[in-house]
Amino acid sequence: MIEFKDFVFFLLSFVLIASGLSVITSRNPVTAALSLVLAFFNAAGIWLLLQAEFLAIALVLVYVGAVMVLFLFVVMMLDINLDKLREGFWDYLPMAGFIGILMMVEMVMVFKTKQFNLSPLAEALPNSSNTELIGITLYSDYVLPFELASVVLLIAIVSAIALTLRDRKDSKKTNPADQIAVKRKDRVRLVQMKSEEKYVKSKAKERI
Amino acid sequence: MIGLSHYLILAAILFTISVVGIFLNRKNIIILLMSIELMLLAVNINFIAFSHYLNDIAGQIFVFFILTVAAAESAIGLAIIVLIFRNTRSINVDDLNRLNG
Repeated sequence: MIEFKDFVFFLLSFVLIASGLSVITSRNPVTAALSLVLAFFNAAGIWLLLQAEFLAIALVLVYVGAVMVLFLFVVMMLDINLDKLREGFWDYLPMAGFIGILMMVEMVMVFKTKQFNLSPLAEALPNSSNTELIGITLYSDYVLPFELASVVLLIAIVSAIALTLRDRKDSKKTNPADQIAVKRKDRVRLVQMKSEEKYVKSKAKERI
Repeated sequence: MIGLSHYLILAAILFTISVVGIFLNRKNIIILLMSIELMLLAVNINFIAFSHYLNDIAGQIFVFFILTVAAAESAIGLAIIVLIFRNTRSINVDDLNRLNG
């Protein structure tokens, strides 16, 4: 009799592998991106089985919510010639299959050895939540890497904007630095000239 | 009963799929990036499986950082793809030979 948890594991991993295959073989990049979303959802389910609740939710929020939306956005924005990209798609399949099967067999041989055949150690403390534990560890032992991670994200923001920013040639924007650096002599010119008496008098008469 | 090796083999299968995907989709940069994301996912599954079975939270912290770096990487990668497409009107890897001297 197969346990329910085992059944869930096999179902999730089957869908995960199927969607992974769909990512690499689908004709349309939009289909590939949506399959990748499905793969991330199933991976989040597997992480839930492993009692990593915080990371499972973070995976759904960060990947499905942000990264994959970015992917879909870019895929749909670009006008891609698919036939050109699919040219000779299966040419490398023999080599890829050979390397893939080789890697697979090697890794399975390693993972089937005795030291990987663990069963879970003593269960985690019943009243300690996963999120709390991650928070405590993250803000004590790993506080410096945590700050570095935030710097990495900041660099990503700045560089993504700096790479894709494009100035319009017809925009009439002003440069504040130039405006502040302006001197009086750049704008005002004093001119010496005689006053034209006759003209001024006739204007004064008109006003009266 | 599901043991650690089941999770490791699942991650190995996923990693192999993405390696094969890099071979097959060698012309389409977007699918290449997606394959890299899939690889990182496989590595993360390994980390979390070890973290669960060895009862050590450090593995999950690592996954947290990998997620951060992967998000930054894909954001910059997609920005570069947009830039390449703007300049060459194509995302074919074969067209990206301007630096070959």
